[in-house]
Amino acid sequence: MNEEEIIICRCEDITLADIRCMLQAGVDDVEEMKRLLRCGMGPCQGRTCRPLIMQEVASHRGVDLEDMKVPVFRPPFIPVKLGLLAEAYERRGEQDNGQTS
Amino acid sequence: MARRAEVAIIGGGIIGCATAYELARLGMTDVIVFEKNYLTAGSTGRCGAGVRQQWGLEMNVRLARGSCKILESLNEDLQYDGDIGFDQGGYLVLAFDDSQMEQFRKNVKLQNSLGTPSRTVSVDEAAEIVPHINTEPLVGATFCPEDGHADPFHTTMAYAEAARRLGVDIRTYTEVTDIEVEGDRIRGVHTDDEEFISCGMVLNAAGPYSGPVAQMAGVEIPVYSERHQILVTEPVNRYQKPMVISFQHGFYCQQTPHGSFILGLGDPSEPKGFNIETSWQFMEHVAHSVLSVLPPLADLRVVRQWSGLYNITPDAQPILGGVPGLQDYYMAVGFSGHGFMVGPMTARLMAQMMTGEDMDMDISMLDLGRFDRGELIHEPSVV
Ligand SMILES: Cc1cc2nc3c(=O)[nH]c(=O)nc-3n(C[C@H](O)[C@H](O)[C@H](O)COP(=O)(O)OP(=O)(O)OC[C@H]3O[C@@H](n4cnc5c(N)ncnc54)[C@H](O)[C@@H]3O)c2cc1C
Ligand code: FES
Repeated sequence: MNEEEIIICRCEDITLADIRCMLQAGVDDVEEMKRLLRCGMGPCQGRTCRPLIMQEVASHRGVDLEDMKVPVFRPPFIPVKLGLLAEAYERRGEQDNGQTS
Repeated sequence: MARRAEVAIIGGGIIGCATAYELARLGMTDVIVFEKNYLTAGSTGRCGAGVRQQWGLEMNVRLARGSCKILESLNEDLQYDGDIGFDQGGYLVLAFDDSQMEQFRKNVKLQNSLGTPSRTVSVDEAAEIVPHINTEPLVGATFCPEDGHADPFHTTMAYAEAARRLGVDIRTYTEVTDIEVEGDRIRGVHTDDEEFISCGMVLNAAGPYSGPVAQMAGVEIPVYSERHQILVTEPVNRYQKPMVISFQHGFYCQQTPHGSFILGLGDPSEPKGFNIETSWQFMEHVAHSVLSVLPPLADLRVVRQWSGLYNITPDAQPILGGVPGLQDYYMAVGFSGHGFMVGPMTARLMAQMMTGEDMDMDISMLDLGRFDRGELIHEPSVV
């Protein structure tokens, strides 16, 4: 299959070609790549694509996958609606929240 | 690797990378940027990257306006392959009482006198600009169509790549561990890979770590760092062009070109320090505040939250320049929540200062000495 048709990050629609293009341009740091391409920043937060990306970067750099630093997973761990969060805040009452606005 | 450089820059955020480029553009290409992590790992990669010209002091309007003009043509000027994503959807600054509105009117007058096309708007006009706004608590607003936000990663990378092309050496995962001073001069810097690099000048662009880095050179500066939290939602179709901000609540809310909303809020009870953990209290608090003004956002799902550090001085304005009695040491630090939006212009000015060129504007009021002289800067429109 063509590199341009191999989707690596489903959430953000990033292909193998996009990843290799970054590597070619000299960006071979998973953290920098994630931020430039948004791969790993979608609703699944990289659960699907991160291993694939790390594999690709590792083989480009000629290092073992085990030797690579895993990017941090950021909360929340399941997407949650703003409305629910605001309700929780209001239920607790302003006093418990310790602020005025 | 080179063991000597004309200039050592400590910090690979917007300030370090942009100043490296501006120095190189002035012909000073013998520059090394040291970044202890990856580029943008500090505040820059964690920020909202909002750019607003709507300030209350001439100096800030000029720094922000200058930066805005630089960003407008940065893709072309730096010949960047990607896109810095500068999206000029404007900033709507909300007023909730008459005294706020009064101050905003004065600000707009000043801004207009400096070329910034801001204007005061009625509650009805505000609702035309942002149709999903809850007009009930509002008394008015100001709007500047040239304001907006950019992508902080791409902006920094664009500068870094252009600087590299001009010969600048950018070393990531390399921490400066000490600055060596001899008499009243800088001798060089030590790094964690046990190298000593002698240099003519040092620029402290270490963001939240500006205090510890200044101490390496024996310089004490009145700064501290403070956590600020931020979150992003899933992407949806674009329906909010402007950044909406409320000084009253301390929040800002933007929809990126990618479709996700970014929401941030300052917490007055946040302790000083370097903590960058995230809290669920923040998510609930920011949701509550923003939904009181922008109710339809209730249905959006939060996909990620993170935090970063503001580096704060006693007047929440940066320290730009050197230190009396120590030659060749410079700093551009203490930007609070607005270092991205003044970054491009600040970098240009720092490069001019360090190379002894004529400067595009006077920034001598931002020197370190102002704290001793008691000449603190009173900016009414700081978040
Ligand atoms: C949540 C949040 C939202 C924000 N929103 C906005 C906004 O909308 N608009 C705006 O204009 N500003 C905003 N800001 C502020 C803005 O992020 C900062 O003012 C700006 O990024 C500062 O850039 P910098 O290059 O000085 O610092 P940084 O980006 O922090 O760069 C400093 C770098 O120095 C490195 N470093 C430190 N010590 C050493 C050492 N000893 N050796 C080597 N490297 C070292 C760090 O790793 C870091 O990468 C926000 C900040 C936060 C936290
Ligand atoms: S697949 Fe990449 S973020 Fe979900």
